[in-house]
Amino acid sequence: MRRFLRPGHDPVRERLKRDLFQFNKTVEHGFPHQPSALGYSPFLRLMAIGTRSGAIKLYGAPGVEFMGLHEENNTVMQIHFIPDQCQLVTLLDDNSLHLWSLKQHSGASELREEYRFTLKGPPGSPPSATQITAVLPHSSREVLYLGTESGNIFVVELPSFRVLEDRTITSEAVLQRVPEDYCNRRSCELVEALREHPKNPDQILIGYSRGLIVLWDLQNNKVTHHFLGSQQLENLYWQRDGSKFISCHYDGSYTQWPVSGDNRQPEPLENLVPYGPFPCKAISKIYWQTTKNGLPYIIFQGGMPRASYGDRHSISVVHGSQQTAFDFTSRVIDFFIIFSSEPTAEFDDPSAMVVLAEEELVVIDLKTAGWPAVHPPYLASLHCSAITCSHHVSNIPLKLWERIISAGSKQNIHYSNMPWPIDGGTNIAPDPPQRDLLLTGHEDGTVRFWDASGVCLHLLYKLSTVRVFLTDADPNDNMNTLGEDEWPPLRKVGTFDPYSDDPRLGIQKIYLCKYSGYLAVAGTAGQVLVMELNDEDAEHVVDHAEADLLQDQEGYRWKGHEKLKTRDGPVRFEAGFQPFVLVQCQPPAVVTSLALHSEWKLVAFGTSHGFGLFDHQQKRLVFVKCTLHPSDQLALEGPLSRVKSLKKSLRQSFRRIRRSRVSSRKRRGGSGNASEVQEANAKFDQDTLQEMELAPVQRKIEARSAEDSFTGFVRTLYFADTFLRDSSRHCPSLWAGTNGGTVYAFCLRVPPAERRMDEPVRAEQAKEIQLMHRAPVVGILVLDGRSTPLPEPLEVAHDLSKSPDMQGSHQLLVVSEEQFKVFTLPKVSSKLKLKLTALEGCRVRKATVANFGSCKTDDYSENDLAVLTNLGDIQIISLPFLKLQIRYPCIRKEDVSGIASCVFTKYGQGFYLISPSEFERFSLSTKWLVEPRCIVDVPEVTSNNHVHSKSGMENAARKSRGSGRNSGDCGEDERKSGRLMEHALLNDEKVLKEIQSTLEGGKGSYAERNLARSPLGHGLSNGGTD
Amino acid sequence: MNRPHRGAAGSRGLGTMEVKSKFGAEFRRFSLERSKPGKFEEFYGLLQHVHKIPNVDVLVGYTDIHGDLLPINNDDNYHKAVSTANPLLRIFIQRKEDADYSAFGTDTMTRKKNVLSNVLRPDNHKKKPHIVISMPQDFRPVSSIIDVDILPETHRRVRLYKYGTDKPLGFYIRDGSSVRVTPHGLEKVPGIFISRLVPGGLAQSTGLLAVNDEVLEVNGIEVSGKSLDQVTDMMIANSRNLIITVRPANQRNNIVRNSRTSGSSGQSTESSLPSSTPNILANLLPGEEESDEEDIIIEDSGEPQQIPKAAPTSESLESLTQIELLHESTQNGFLPSSEVNLNHSAGSISMEYEVQGPDHKSLEEDGTIITL
Repeated sequence: MRRFLRPGHDPVRERLKRDLFQFNKTVEHGFPHQPSALGYSPFLRLMAIGTRSGAIKLYGAPGVEFMGLHEENNTVMQIHFIPDQCQLVTLLDDNSLHLWSLKQHSGASELREEYRFTLKGPPGSPPSATQITAVLPHSSREVLYLGTESGNIFVVELPSFRVLEDRTITSEAVLQRVPEDYCNRRSCELVEALREHPKNPDQILIGYSRGLIVLWDLQNNKVTHHFLGSQQLENLYWQRDGSKFISCHYDGSYTQWPVSGDNRQPEPLENLVPYGPFPCKAISKIYWQTTKNGLPYIIFQGGMPRASYGDRHSISVVHGSQQTAFDFTSRVIDFFIIFSSEPTAEFDDPSAMVVLAEEELVVIDLKTAGWPAVHPPYLASLHCSAITCSHHVSNIPLKLWERIISAGSKQNIHYSNMPWPIDGGTNIAPDPPQRDLLLTGHEDGTVRFWDASGVCLHLLYKLSTVRVFLTDADPNDNMNTLGEDEWPPLRKVGTFDPYSDDPRLGIQKIYLCKYSGYLAVAGTAGQVLVMELNDEDAEHVVDHAEADLLQDQEGYRWKGHEKLKTRDGPVRFEAGFQPFVLVQCQPPAVVTSLALHSEWKLVAFGTSHGFGLFDHQQKRLVFVKCTLHPSDQLALEGPLSRVKSLKKSLRQSFRRIRRSRVSSRKRRGGSGNASEVQEANAKFDQDTLQEMELAPVQRKIEARSAEDSFTGFVRTLYFADTFLRDSSRHCPSLWAGTNGGTVYAFCLRVPPAERRMDEPVRAEQAKEIQLMHRAPVVGILVLDGRSTPLPEPLEVAHDLSKSPDMQGSHQLLVVSEEQFKVFTLPKVSSKLKLKLTALEGCRVRKATVANFGSCKTDDYSENDLAVLTNLGDIQIISLPFLKLQIRYPCIRKEDVSGIASCVFTKYGQGFYLISPSEFERFSLSTKWLVEPRCIVDVPEVTSNNHVHSKSGMENAARKSRGSGRNSGDCGEDERKSGRLMEHALLNDEKVLKEIQSTLEGGKGSYAERNLARSPLGHGLSNGGTD
Repeated sequence: MNRPHRGAAGSRGLGTMEVKSKFGAEFRRFSLERSKPGKFEEFYGLLQHVHKIPNVDVLVGYTDIHGDLLPINNDDNYHKAVSTANPLLRIFIQRKEDADYSAFGTDTMTRKKNVLSNVLRPDNHKKKPHIVISMPQDFRPVSSIIDVDILPETHRRVRLYKYGTDKPLGFYIRDGSSVRVTPHGLEKVPGIFISRLVPGGLAQSTGLLAVNDEVLEVNGIEVSGKSLDQVTDMMIANSRNLIITVRPANQRNNIVRNSRTSGSSGQSTESSLPSSTPNILANLLPGEEESDEEDIIIEDSGEPQQIPKAAPTSESLESLTQIELLHESTQNGFLPSSEVNLNHSAGSISMEYEVQGPDHKSLEEDGTIITL
């Protein structure tokens, strides 16, 4: 019978499936892995970050983000925005240039690659002749100046990337009038920096790595000034008025040079080694920012004394007598200063410094005294301590949300309250439909609460469990407490700290009840903490209990770590989640499963030895159950089964070394004469070849047996109010599933609320199911009479869910790694099953119930199982009939950590780690989709007098858009307001934005749609990466 | 050697059949109803009776029309012997302790002299040592070749029976490539191959699988397009009833269809298992076989703290089934809360059965296999 109901045969269901399911990878949260370049457009107020894998990400106001990927997956070396354009140029490490554009397409902006270009020298020239070292997009927006390793500067036209050969600035031309003795001493070498004169676009400053700096006149194609530096050059920076510039050097010095009309070869005004006199490291980048009060801000990267502070990643800010060397937790990739970019403004007046370090983004408020850090709304370093687990809670009640935010705000007082300075673009995505929390557990014993409702994953609150325990690290031992007159004036900034004091503190399981505010957290050393949300600071004693999971089993020896020592006496906790109960499992193995029932006030926990139930109301251990198999010795050796594999891998590597030695001896052995050697070599090659052929990847086919190790490992725990004993009375129950395919069911007797403190909670084992296929049980679920999963505790009490159907018969769904099986209740007999592994060879890694709503009708929704397999596929399986609905490839099967980190939400979304610091968000639902949708407005600028013409395409597009409107009047209006806006831009950006957004309002027009499509086609034909 | 009834068989007509039975040097003659031969056990008792050896364990053999000496040890082959005997059923009886198993088999009677002399002179056969193996009914099938009629001759579908957990399935698979004829000509396509057999493992002991055999299907599902790990997982998940279709590397031992001459090892195992084929075919449709995967369910009603020590922990299966029956008979009464600690005992025994709770009347036994 079932055979005739294969999926894909019912057209109605097929249509419904299209309305329910859709797979999208929507947004990447967190900090880009291995960033390699940084760019900023003061015009767009957008920041761009390039990575070593060739990704480029643009960020503006919270919610405004774009992502692009270079096809080549090469490291992005440099990013330069074209002045006053929605365009940027990237330089990759294969010496290719790429032009990217932000284009509007069906109402939202998109980042597209438009052109690519590789500079080619004359035939026969060495590759270094065209190796690009410096890029200068000229303010005319027409040309790019490309400094190369050979010292020549090539000029290419934008956007076509046509080389204008007649305008090439050769090093010979530059050297013509340089004094002989200087020339002889050093040649030009590579171009280190190219800077356009801030006032005169016809002049560019060229810095060569050996120290020579020249001012080049573009009109007359000649050098106007020579600056004979004596130190190896690192970078250049113009002062705002163009009267001086500053150069920084490899020896840790910086030099100011005057630029005046008469002296063609000026001497330096000032040469300073800020952290001298001992040898210092290079200053790789420098800013000189003028202010109204006259004292400039000098901001430079590096320059630390080589011997004592050479390992620091620092950026120093000097403002009058104030000087701070910000000490970053990882290498500084690049930084920029946000300052007044109005061309009419007299001073720079820097407001913020944005630093891209290798592992985090740090923004320093330069306007507030003390230069505090700004809390970034995105690009959070998820991995500031390695993520060990994650837990997602959908649809948080407003009350709890506000309490968590208020607890978090008390932790963030040391942050600046400056609004986020990078605020380009407009977020036009609809407000997130609900408040979602993502909780991440970390290796250092902290739990971080992230706002996962929208595009920006934002840290709300950080909880530390360390206080409960006595650890080696003394919290008062602050590395940062330096004396007053400490030199250099280092100050640690950033949160990245991957070094955990004690690996036992690591968080392994998290369970949050969103209705009651109870939180259970379990860790590596068998510790289980139950916490309650408290809005005030409090000092109290944490109740402590021990659960001996081995019970009276004898002959076991735990070889793993010791349990954590607890602090005696009351402990002070800050506002937020405060622990009140601590259960420590004995032996202190890692907690592998956790469940909390806030209504019954019970917490269940499991390790590789067994599981236990704790009554956190009466603070009493209800029962423990040992699940250990007598022959399973491995389970007792502690969590470090790694030791074993290490030993094995050591052995293997030794073997490999030995083999290579043997073979080399073999080679040497046959050194009688040449032919013999050859023969021996040939034989050796043949041998190795044969060896390779004989030892391909093999897989042993072995039935699972009960003696497999870790069969007792408790994989899942589940509370349910269901019919366990007989079909007339339902009762609370606890279900546990093990690695060996065993399911235990315990009948619980929880006293009614009024006698809750007086009577003990009782538990009796009611059932034990041994799955014959013995695969690990990864999930247990009870379906009510309507075949819907039982609601969460307190969900019904809060009127957020229909009460479960207790009339019809309940069903038990057991998800093992290999099969889904539905059993009847209370008499457990198999009803339905779906064999996954036997048919497809894939194993279930994660399975969660998700609610899918139809995008067509609001009133239809259904519950299905969202399943992730070991192949990285995501499957949706219907309930209760266990029919495969749809399958999407999601994660590469080699990406084991990605698969292990995946969490599903209750509404068909999910997260998984694509790098230690980034979550990819995906959606399976047509209805619940969180993805960035934003517009970057292009103000109709002609703000600078030296703008000659706009670059081709953008201009054409805009023109045709204007004329494509319904009536000529409208286009006329726009042009007028465009001119109005020019003035508006000069005065008030906000007004400008308003005008712009009203103009963009009529985005539904047919003409615009057509238009939006045409550049897309263009981009594609140019090999744009999609 | 008196032969009083010689020639009488013909006169008795079709209803009866003459039996000539020989034990040691003695002959007995008697007759049987051809239409109602009865059961083997009755026949065995009769033989013991006529030879006056009531307490001697013996092996019974007969000569078939080809002259082969074949065993009679169950109803099936007894009936076969009776129905094929023409005109006379020759029975040879040997003492179990000095039985010569090599006497049975193909062409035994053409080697008659030798065989008979062995049989007749029991001390003669001692000269060559032989492996003493138990009776066929003490065996269980470990493997079979199935679906010979529907598969191409170059393929072989092998079913491995996995009992308990004591013996490993014992083979390894690897990636490889094989040449196929495709519409574009010959093409190399990736395939899965058996790379190694574990000595003493089930796979090796069957003799039906060999290194470099290409695996084409696992339990009816084609493996092409699946990764090595996927195929591994499929095989392990199906390990209780693994049916793999291979293209043997050695194509010389292929079964020649329609000429069922005995001789190939594959067929002899198969012929010992005539009843297994139909349900294997059913099993090939995934998800329809239930018999191989009955989970063990223990329903407790007592306090877990008070486990009666009377409950069997890891006793033999008979005792467990007896308990079940006991539960059934004492339905309405008290069921001892038997926490059968199967998790612990499963190492030594593996069972597929259901222990019923007190509130259920009938045992659901849909062909569960009980094994030790």
